[in-house]
Amino acid sequence: MSKSLLIISRQPPWSGPTAREALDIALAGGAFDLPIGMLFLDDGVFQLSTAQQPATLQQKDLGANLQALPMFGVEALYTSTRSLQERGLERQKLNLAVELLDDAGLTALVARYDQVITL
Amino acid sequence: MKFAIALFAPPHAPSSRRALRFAQAVLAGGHEIVRLFFYQDGVHSASSNVISPQDELDLTGEWRDFVRTQRLDGVVCIAAALRRGVLDTQEAQRYAAGSANLQAPWELSGLGQLHEATQQADRLVCFGGS
Repeated sequence: MSKSLLIISRQPPWSGPTAREALDIALAGGAFDLPIGMLFLDDGVFQLSTAQQPATLQQKDLGANLQALPMFGVEALYTSTRSLQERGLERQKLNLAVELLDDAGLTALVARYDQVITL
Repeated sequence: MKFAIALFAPPHAPSSRRALRFAQAVLAGGHEIVRLFFYQDGVHSASSNVISPQDELDLTGEWRDFVRTQRLDGVVCIAAALRRGVLDTQEAQRYAAGSANLQAPWELSGLGQLHEATQQADRLVCFGGS
């Protein structure tokens, strides 16, 4: 059986290529039919924010790329209720269908996966 | 035990040195390294253009010697490397870049190599993530 991998994405979409490179790991894993999960944590939740204007920074829209996750078979998508609250983001206004977890839920999530990469 | 080692930090970051020392300790302890995978700013540790002052640790040189003498599989993510100007001869020619700065024992390849190593290894150990 394949080992499961959780990717914890902690950077906002505008601070360099890290958010995109975390996503690329998830998409590559999905392309190989591996059991991949992705957790948006801390400033990583800004990736889920709608109504961003990346073009003003001459950037591509990462939010559009995130929509590829389910198409690549990566449907285990999570975020932290606390991270959202701390940054004033509303769960109804996210650009991706993610499961919200409290702190205990995060602990259980990480424990459930064989491997973890944090970027 | 089989280890996959991923490096995300640039050569001047402390975690890059820790990754090398960890890799050396893995082999010294009789364990196996399935693959080294350099991603994000970790790709700079495979560049032959990193020059350290004579009285400082030459980390990129140490990595190169280590991978070569131990005959390890040292893979550098091609997308991350291109973005950061780390090119082998083939890619330098493809993009008409001035020169190549990645040679053997390093090899450019894709993220599938990270996943394959993760599947084969008992442990994935990452250095320099956020």
